[in-house]
Amino acid sequence: MISVKNLSKKYGSFTAVNDISFEVEKGEIVGFLGPNGAGKSTTMKILTGYLPPTSGSASIAGFDVFEKSIEARRRLGYLPENTPLYLDMRVNEYLRYRAHLKGVARGKVSEAVGEAIELCSLRDVEKKMIGALSKGYRQRVGLADALVHDPDLLILDEPTIGLDPNQIRSVRELIKNLAQRRTVLISTHILPEVEIMCSRVVVIHKGKIRASDTAENLLKNHRAAGQLRIEAKAGPEAREEFGRMTGVKDVQVEQDGEFTTFTLRLDANADVSEEAFRLAADRKWNVRELVRKRATLEDVFVELTHSDI
Amino acid sequence: MRTLFHLTAREVKSFFYSPIAYVMLVIFLALNGVAFYYAVQTLTKIPADESVVFVTFFSPFFVWPFILIMPLLTMRVFADEFRMGTIESLTTAPVKDWQVVMAKFFGALVFYIVLFIPTYCYFFFYKWFTGIPAAFAAGPYWGSALLLLLAGMFFISMGCLASALNREQINAAAMSLVMTVLFIFLAALPDFFVGKNEEETKWLTHFIGYISFFEHLPTFCRGIIDTRPIVFYLSLTALFLFITHHVFQARKWKS
Repeated sequence: MISVKNLSKKYGSFTAVNDISFEVEKGEIVGFLGPNGAGKSTTMKILTGYLPPTSGSASIAGFDVFEKSIEARRRLGYLPENTPLYLDMRVNEYLRYRAHLKGVARGKVSEAVGEAIELCSLRDVEKKMIGALSKGYRQRVGLADALVHDPDLLILDEPTIGLDPNQIRSVRELIKNLAQRRTVLISTHILPEVEIMCSRVVVIHKGKIRASDTAENLLKNHRAAGQLRIEAKAGPEAREEFGRMTGVKDVQVEQDGEFTTFTLRLDANADVSEEAFRLAADRKWNVRELVRKRATLEDVFVELTHSDI
Repeated sequence: MRTLFHLTAREVKSFFYSPIAYVMLVIFLALNGVAFYYAVQTLTKIPADESVVFVTFFSPFFVWPFILIMPLLTMRVFADEFRMGTIESLTTAPVKDWQVVMAKFFGALVFYIVLFIPTYCYFFFYKWFTGIPAAFAAGPYWGSALLLLLAGMFFISMGCLASALNREQINAAAMSLVMTVLFIFLAALPDFFVGKNEEETKWLTHFIGYISFFEHLPTFCRGIIDTRPIVFYLSLTALFLFITHHVFQARKWKS
């Protein structure tokens, strides 16, 4: 559905996107991850034909986004960052206007708008001015706009930013619904969201792709592995001893009354829980708790996009 | 065609959504009313060989609002889209850039025409209220309408360019005001050469006479449809729209 080949974008001397390539197959939901300024939005702007690439190419459903821009744009629904809308229009009026622009057949406009309104639960506010709506509703109007012409591909740039947890949940549900028969490329900061929704994750940092895999595989293969937390009655010497075990990167210590909490950061696939337990038993440190914490996508994200890489 | 229609419809509506539009309509109408009042007064006191249409449109109560209204008409057309970010949703829909530019132009033009409709009714209202036919013929009436339409197209295309070049409305307004004023007052240029060798400045006077709005106005207000200004305004409108299109497209130039 999306094919990006050696795409680069420079703003003057600043390289926003540096020679990236990736593919998105039909039916996939791909999470586009990266810190602010990593090049996510720039890539999306190129894909939607808003900006030209400096070099390389991208195509949507086989249509080059620059050479055959109109054809490519017909096939995608785009929700730009911050959801720009005409605040002086009413919700249904805006959606009708957009449906016309996007080439929905004249007789089908009402139907298409009705469906989009239904899908995004906008029935209550369809006659309201967009300027009078809350951010959550505006976000949904943006989504309704993106899908009013029933595109095969949805490109959503941070659809949940600035929403409260309830709104995030409802937008997430909505996107999950939409994704059933569409391809979706979604950029976000919210990592649990990606774990829940996306079939694949592309991590981008400083204009380069750092990883492209399923969330599961990323967790399995990545260096940002787990932690082991031990609460025990032990003196400061325990820190050194724990630190000497193979696979332990570092140890953090926190005093909690009689007990001390040791947090061991581990290498990938290292599991020292048994060894640590035996060590504590040998030294007669009374252990109150020993918890193995698996790496989360957040750990992987931090590891991959840590700026010193 | 359908896309262009819907884009234009949205532009026209957006004018009438803002209260400023109504303020503009009222003030413009009131000042034109004053211009018309003085025109009738003048013609009653000093009978002249001019139509009331000509005297009305030559009044400062018409000329100044006419100049000032141009930047107000066009300042927001592109600048607002850029400022609000809606340019992104607009240009990522399957619409062509020239369609956007033409829609902006036609939208402002429609509002411009609406702005003039009440003024053109004045000439008839006079007869209704006084029972005396106002002193004008069909020639000056339609001639002046044609010229105002042509000049309006030209000034609007200039304003569209200013708006496309600026992110802030106020800058766009200032820029198009400067361009409008410069163009309008080109007519005054030969006055600076009064007393100089007339042979030497003849070409300038001739040239200004060809392009000056204040040279065209009397001609058309007498009902003379001169084709030269028509070609002049149409071609300049096309030129400015062409430049606007390219400025608007500049974001797509590969860097």
